[in-house]
Amino acid sequence: MSHPSSHDTSIGGASHGSYTSYIIGFLLCVVLTAIPFGVVMMSDLSKIAMVWVIVLAAVAQIYVQLYFFLHLDTSSEQRWNVIAFIFSVVIMFVVVAGSIWIMAELNYFMM
Amino acid sequence: MSADTLSMHDESALHSHEEHCHHDMNEIKVFGFWIYLMTDCILFATIFATFAVLMPNTAGGPGASGLFDLKFVLVETLLLLFSSITYGFVILGMHKNKMGLVQFWLFITFLFGLGFVAMELWEFNHLIHQGAGPQRSGFLSGFFGLVGTHGLHVTCGLIWILCMMIHLSRRGLTEHNQARLMCLSLFWHFLDVVWICVFSVVYLFGAIL
Repeated sequence: MSHPSSHDTSIGGASHGSYTSYIIGFLLCVVLTAIPFGVVMMSDLSKIAMVWVIVLAAVAQIYVQLYFFLHLDTSSEQRWNVIAFIFSVVIMFVVVAGSIWIMAELNYFMM
Repeated sequence: MSADTLSMHDESALHSHEEHCHHDMNEIKVFGFWIYLMTDCILFATIFATFAVLMPNTAGGPGASGLFDLKFVLVETLLLLFSSITYGFVILGMHKNKMGLVQFWLFITFLFGLGFVAMELWEFNHLIHQGAGPQRSGFLSGFFGLVGTHGLHVTCGLIWILCMMIHLSRRGLTEHNQARLMCLSLFWHFLDVVWICVFSVVYLFGAIL
């Protein structure tokens, strides 16, 4: 660990980071957790504003965790991991958005 | 004599070839595990979709707002977050080849994970005693299904950590065990990513919608 910022690669092509990068990731996660909880528990923003804060904080924190903890990045060793991940995100979007859409329509027409 | 050197040369070439194969094998193992995690993502996506559809159907029972204690959930979230960074220290210890560090941080990760599962079980028990069990309404079935599946994954992770500690104490930081530690790392961090979605969708949306 003489080079804390070095990106040596290891098995699985995962660069394994350093104490510094783990601590940075951890602190970012704590902040991104504190913001939505704080907004919901203590502030009197409108519902729509709260939903946006929660969604944006969650997306940001997922990105931080993928980058700092799972070491997913755009390097060539990671390419196939990223492609598999993007493909899964598309499938997940279809499953979740599709289900909600279909069931909401069904609900609407059955009423 | 020349035959001797030849065979020695062959042997060392064979050896380095073998090592290379091992390295490749481990890469393939970790990548294969990543593919498994992606399928697990899709499993969670279907359960999230179910929960989202069932969320308004409280059947006259308790709704999400006011049912959950957000401070309690915040502590759970922090426990899981702490366990994530301590697992990061496991991986750093592994790359430094320090067995003591790896075992120590694995144990700390285990304790944080255990705390999380214990809190979740307490919450489930609390809800069921309030008459808000999984059979009460569609919303609660979805809730127990989603949060329970995540909790089950964390429990599996805990068992895996224990197995890893035994593997390590018996065989040390061999190449096989390093691949296993890398897979467990992906699994553990992945569970924290799923938890972000759980606390955002179930608890925070539940509190305001």
